[in-house]
Amino acid sequence: MPAVQETVDRVRQIDVDQYKYGFVTDVESEKAPIGLSEDTVRYISAKKNEPAWMLEWRLEAFKRWLTMREPTWARVDYPKIDYQNAYYYSAPKKKPELSSLDEVDPQILETYKKLGIPLREQEMLAGVVRKDADGNVMPERRVAVDAVFDSVSVATTFKEELKRAGVIFMPMSEAIQEHPELVRKYLGSVVPTTDNFFATLNSAVFSDGSFVYVPPGVRCPMELSTYFRINEANTGQFERTLIIADKGAYVSYLEGCTAPMRDENQLHAAVVELVTHDDAEIKYSTVQNWYPGDADGKGGIFNFVTKRGDCRGKNSKISWTQVETGSAITWKYPSCILRGDGSRGEFYSIAISNGMQQVDSGTKMIHLGKNTTSRIISKGISAGKSNNTYRGLVTAHRKATNARNFTNCDSLLIGDQCGAHTVPYIEAKNSSAVFEHEASTSKISEDMLFYCRQRGMSAEEATALVVNGFVKDVLQQLPMEFAVEAQKLISISLEGSVG
Amino acid sequence: MLLEIKNLHVEVEDKKILNGLNLTIEKGQVAAIMGPNGSGKSTLSYVLAGKDAYNITEGDILLDGESILELAPDERAAKGIFLAFQYPVEVPGVATMTFLRTALNAQRKLRGEGEYSTPDFIKLVRETSAKLGVSQEHLRRAVNVGFSGGEKKRNEILQMAILQPRLAILDETDSGLDIDALKTVSEGVNRLRSSERSMIVITHYQRLLNYIVPDVVHVMSKGRVVKSGGKELALELEAKGYAQYTDEAA
Repeated sequence: MPAVQETVDRVRQIDVDQYKYGFVTDVESEKAPIGLSEDTVRYISAKKNEPAWMLEWRLEAFKRWLTMREPTWARVDYPKIDYQNAYYYSAPKKKPELSSLDEVDPQILETYKKLGIPLREQEMLAGVVRKDADGNVMPERRVAVDAVFDSVSVATTFKEELKRAGVIFMPMSEAIQEHPELVRKYLGSVVPTTDNFFATLNSAVFSDGSFVYVPPGVRCPMELSTYFRINEANTGQFERTLIIADKGAYVSYLEGCTAPMRDENQLHAAVVELVTHDDAEIKYSTVQNWYPGDADGKGGIFNFVTKRGDCRGKNSKISWTQVETGSAITWKYPSCILRGDGSRGEFYSIAISNGMQQVDSGTKMIHLGKNTTSRIISKGISAGKSNNTYRGLVTAHRKATNARNFTNCDSLLIGDQCGAHTVPYIEAKNSSAVFEHEASTSKISEDMLFYCRQRGMSAEEATALVVNGFVKDVLQQLPMEFAVEAQKLISISLEGSVG
Repeated sequence: MLLEIKNLHVEVEDKKILNGLNLTIEKGQVAAIMGPNGSGKSTLSYVLAGKDAYNITEGDILLDGESILELAPDERAAKGIFLAFQYPVEVPGVATMTFLRTALNAQRKLRGEGEYSTPDFIKLVRETSAKLGVSQEHLRRAVNVGFSGGEKKRNEILQMAILQPRLAILDETDSGLDIDALKTVSEGVNRLRSSERSMIVITHYQRLLNYIVPDVVHVMSKGRVVKSGGKELALELEAKGYAQYTDEAA
C-alpha cells in the first residue's frame, strides 16, 4: 500500500483535533516542590546523587539564569511563562534498583507500546517482517532505544551489545556517575551554560537525556534513538543530550517526542550537544510530534530548544535532519560550528504548521575552518491560521578560506489564512567565501489539485501527494523507517487543511 | 449511447461560454470536435471533468443515462472519464511512477475494486510504457517537471493507457508538437482505440485527424455544436475555414 494512501486512511480514522498520542498514563510520580529556586536545583542534583562538580555547574548556571531575560526576537507570540508555577522534576516512582525491564512500571511499558516504541529487545528481535512503501521486504534493522519519561530515563535497550562494540549509550544521569571524565570534558563545551536564556535554564535543571560516546574508528553497529515523552501535568521537560564521535567514528541518532493533550501549555527546553573529531560523522534526525494544542490554540507544548554541533576535527561532518510537526510554539535552530578544516555541516528541515501553531526555526552554519562546506535545505509548510518562519544564519570567519554554503528555502502555503516568512542572515568576512541562497514561496495551486483529482484522487490524497513531493528532498535524508513514519505524520498534521 | 450532453449552458465569472450545447457520443466512437479559438472547446472538456469555477446554469450531462453534474472530479474519473490536458500540470517531487500508482489505486478503491499489488503494478507499467516508447528513466522523473512538450503529451497518453478510461477527452493534444512527436502520440492513442472506449478529440487543426481518424466530426462555434458530419467535414473545414460557421451562429 503506498504510504500516501495509508496516510489518508489513517487521517480518516481520527477526528479533527484528535492528536493520536494525546493519552495520559496513570502512574504515580515523585515531583520536586513546585517552582524554581536554588533549592530546586539542589533537589534535582540530590535525586540524581550527583557529584559535587555537577551541582556546582548547575548552581552557576542558575545564578546566571537569574540575570538573563527571555528572548523576544523570534516571530512567535505567547503568554508570559510563569516559571514559578511549574514542576521541574517528575519521575515515576519505582524500586530503587532496576535490574531488568520487568521491574519497569507496566503502565509505562504499555505507554511506549502504544506509541509504537519497542523497549523489549526480544520483541524487536522477534522478526516481524517489515515492508517498505513499495511492499519490498526490508532488511532487518535494529534500533537501540533510550526512553525518557518526564524527567528520567526509564529504559535503555541494547546496552550490552553496544558496549561490546565500545559504544557508550546510556542515560545522562548514569553517564555522570560512570563516565564523569567524559561528561566533564564535553558537557557545555558546545552550548556553554551562558549561551541563552533557555539553554541556561536547562543547564540548571536538566534531569536526564542521552549520552553517547563512539570511540575512535568505530562505526556504531545500529541506529541509536531516544524517545521523549512528557506525561505529567504542569511539568517542564529539560533533557540534555550529548553525543561524541571520536576520530573516524560514525553514529546515526534518532529522536522522537510526544506528549498528552492538556489545556495548559507545557515547557520543553532541551539542549543537544554534538562533537565530532577528525573524520568523524554524526547524523542526527528528529521527528518532533509534541502536542500542538487544539484548533483554537489552547494548550500545546512550548518547544524552546538549543541544538548545536561542533565539527571540532578535520574533515568531520554533522548532519541535522528534522521533521517538525508538533508544538504550539517551536523555537529551534540546530546549528553547526565548522571549526575543523574541511568539515561539513548539513541541515535538512521540514517544518509543518497547522491550526494556530507558530514555528520559528532554522539553522546557523558558522564557518571557522578552511575549506568548510555547508548545505541547508528547508521546507516550510503552513496551513490553517499558522505562522511559519525560517530563520537562518550563514557566516564565514576571516580565516575560513573557501567556505561554501548552499541554502534552499521553500515555503508552501495551504489556504489563505497562514503565513510563511524567511529571514536569512548572511555574513562573509572572507572574500573567497561562496554563499548561495535560493528561496521560493508557493501555494498548492488549484490546477495541481484538479490535475490529481481528475486522475481519481480525493482532495486529501491529492494534497498529501503534492506535499510529499514538496518535502521529498528532505525525507530522503531520513533513515528509512523514519521516512515512512514522517510521511504519515505530515499528512496527519495537515488534517483539516483542505477546504 | 455513452455520453449525452443536453442543452448545456455554462458561465465563467458571469461570462457565457457554452450556450445550449447538445452532443451525444456513442460507445466506442471517436468524435472530433473542431472550432475556432474561443468557441468553448476547452471549457467543454473542463466541464466534463468537473473543474470548479464553471457555473452550469442550464442543461445536463448524462453518462450511461445518469447525470454526473453532482459528482466530484475524482468520482467522475472513477466512472471512466479521462482528460488529457492541453497543458499538463507539473507536480514537483512526485515520481511519475508514484503518481500513476496513487491515481490507479484511488480509482480502483472508489469503484470498490482491490488495489494492485506492487509486482502486478510494476509489470503493468513496464509493459504499457514499453509499448508507448516511454523509458524507465521517464517513470522515475517527477511528473511533467522539465519534460519537453512532446514528453508531456506522451505522459498524458501513458496515464490514459494505465487508467483505461471509457471516455477519453483529448484537449488539443497536437498543440506544441512537432511532426515526429505528433506521430508518436497519435500511435499511442490509436493503440487505445477499442469498441469499449469512446474518445473526444478536441483540435483546432485538421492535421491531427490525419493520424487519429475520427468516426464523426462536430464543429463548435460560440458555445454550441453548429454542424456534424463524417471525417470529410474536417477536410472541408481545412479548405474553407471556420468563417461560414461563425457567421451562421451569429
